[in-house]
Amino acid sequence: MSVPATVDPAHRVPERPVRPRMVGRDDGLVLVGSAASGMSLVWVVYERLLPLSGPVGFWLLSYVAFLAIYRSVVRSTHGALAARDRVMAVVVTSGALGLAAPLTLIILFVFSKGIGALVKPAFFTQTLAKVGPLSPEDQGGAQHAIVGTLEQLGLTVAVSAPLGVATAVFLNEVGGRLARPVRTIVDAMSGVPSIVAGLFVYSLLIRTLGWSFSGFAASLALAMLMLPSVTRTTEEVLRLVPGGLRESALALGAPEWRATLQVVLPTVRAGVVTAVILGMARAVGETAPLIMTSFNSSVMNWNPFSGPQSSLPIYVYRLVGNSDPGQVRRAWAGALALIVLVLGLFTMARWVGGAPQRRERRRQRRQAPAPAPASAAAAPASTSAAAAPAPTVDLTRTDHPGGPQ
Amino acid sequence: MTFRTLDRADTVPGSRSAPAPPRASASLEAQSVSAWFGSHKVLERVSLTMSAGGVTALIGPSGCGKSTFIRILNRMHELVPGAMLAGRVLLDGDDVYGDQVQATDTRRRIGMVFQKPNPFPTMTIRDNVLAGLKLTGQATSGRDALVEQSLQRAGLWNEVRNRLDSPGGALSGGQQQRLCIARALAVGPEVLLMDEPCSALDPTSTRRIEETIGEIARDVTVVIVTHNMQQAQRVSDQCAFFLAAEDEPGRIVEAGATAQIFDAPTDPRTADYVHGRFG
Ligand SMILES: Nc1ncnc2c1ncn2[C@@H]1O[C@H](COP(=O)(O)OP(=O)(O)O)[C@@H](O)[C@H]1O
Ligand SMILES: [Mg+2]
Repeated sequence: MSVPATVDPAHRVPERPVRPRMVGRDDGLVLVGSAASGMSLVWVVYERLLPLSGPVGFWLLSYVAFLAIYRSVVRSTHGALAARDRVMAVVVTSGALGLAAPLTLIILFVFSKGIGALVKPAFFTQTLAKVGPLSPEDQGGAQHAIVGTLEQLGLTVAVSAPLGVATAVFLNEVGGRLARPVRTIVDAMSGVPSIVAGLFVYSLLIRTLGWSFSGFAASLALAMLMLPSVTRTTEEVLRLVPGGLRESALALGAPEWRATLQVVLPTVRAGVVTAVILGMARAVGETAPLIMTSFNSSVMNWNPFSGPQSSLPIYVYRLVGNSDPGQVRRAWAGALALIVLVLGLFTMARWVGGAPQRRERRRQRRQAPAPAPASAAAAPASTSAAAAPAPTVDLTRTDHPGGPQ
Repeated sequence: MTFRTLDRADTVPGSRSAPAPPRASASLEAQSVSAWFGSHKVLERVSLTMSAGGVTALIGPSGCGKSTFIRILNRMHELVPGAMLAGRVLLDGDDVYGDQVQATDTRRRIGMVFQKPNPFPTMTIRDNVLAGLKLTGQATSGRDALVEQSLQRAGLWNEVRNRLDSPGGALSGGQQQRLCIARALAVGPEVLLMDEPCSALDPTSTRRIEETIGEIARDVTVVIVTHNMQQAQRVSDQCAFFLAAEDEPGRIVEAGATAQIFDAPTDPRTADYVHGRFG
């Protein structure tokens, strides 16, 4: 086989890269058209001809009509196979959108109700101490509740994060005969109703041991709810650590606790932080366990260890049923603040969880344009042997991996 | 050509200022070692002497217990739940399973390199080399000479000298494996166990590892498991052929000088195996 000496004339024509697409430009129009005609059809039949009405039936029937019309249109142009494929794609996509809809609606609803009071500076700088039924809108706020929420959240994390990570390390790294019952208990804990956690702390610490209502008591109840989620998520990420990593640490003569602390845990740091943040997001919105632990307060209590303390969920819970419309508006602002806090925590969790991949991508980008070799001698050797076939290897002595097995 | 020249410059230990010389190599002797996973016996009375400063190759088909045997030598076997063993392993005459002996001390004296290169992903190249010190509670500051010496012995120094602070995972597979060798050498082991160290690598990297083995064998006893007959012939002084019959534990069929195992084996099964006639 010899390479043709002349250049193929076709090579002179400049190339135009195209990206093959399954879906053409008209397909979007077909989709919109089918939806419009489905809705029109149902409107005529359902609202005008039949003695029926109501939004639920209308939208449901419209959707069915849309699917039927869309299917027959695609079938006539692309054939039966393509029709089935597209209809399935539409059903699955609308399912996903349907899932996102309630969340979007909740956020929009709370936003529209709460944004008015949230943007007033008083919301962050004042408490409810001097608020009466006739107080104007720009007076009174949730400062005491925000402080309470942050303090209680901090204490909850301080209690549950070390406990949860330690339990996960025990389950995955130490194990033994106790691992099974401990795992069962952790699972059972994740099923404990939040009101029960609150009742437990109330009856044990407040009624029996005589503690006062306090933010810390609430934190303990919240920690009970957060602990199983931190434990199980951390255990999951620990399980992803390759066994070889652990073994090579031990093979260097490391005691197990050092191998865990200095090799295994650093490897999953991002995952553990994500686990804790997700647990925080779950705990921060809990209301029931607070009712009989931190109780409620409309004045500032900086000390989480003594006396009733408010927090955003309790603040919302107490105010939203108030007959004073001003208080109700403040409650919605509190709900919005809570949602923003939770969304912020989720965003942070995604961000932290993606950090190792981001680092990896940055590293690859840095390496992509081969770095100028610092010394001529290092240059050929630093070329990855795996990436570039070595030009001057003595092939007669090359190994053939996987010889006799 | 470049590769060859580089290798040599690379692997001359202590060609610069020579830091503390590595500990002398030690002999290793397995006496009637048997092993079980639960009630499943996988090794039957294996005895083998690995002389100080030599390279011993363990060959045999998959599943005949080579990995189990090598892991018994540095007490990694007991990390598997349900793993049991019988027999003795003598390191310079002292039983590593003796009452007074700590597993961690044995593992520090008998290093190990695994099949899959596994540098610690959160550590830089330098920290990977010093990981053994850190993990055994020793100071790691001011150990630049040790880093350089270990990387030189592993034949990696020239390739990474300018990026000691980049992550160990940023190297190619073959470089990662040599980094693991440097990491194992940095704690000053007397024996280095290698369980199929090249089977995840390309031919060029394999050659470089083999050259590294040739260099370090001067001051460390090397035990290497390999499925590659040419490799066993190239790197080892003596060879042990493991075999497990159907539903039976593995045992050593034949052991001796490499030349003898390959050129004049006494057992016909050894001849068949080394000539690729079964397995
Ligand atoms: N962790 C383990 N648990 C149970 N059985 C094992 C384990 N590791 C290895 N074995 C069994 O022990 C035997 C020997 O395995 P191994 O030492 O890995 O062989 P080789 O390294 O020669 O391929 C095999 O039959 C294998 O199935
Ligand atoms: Mg093996």
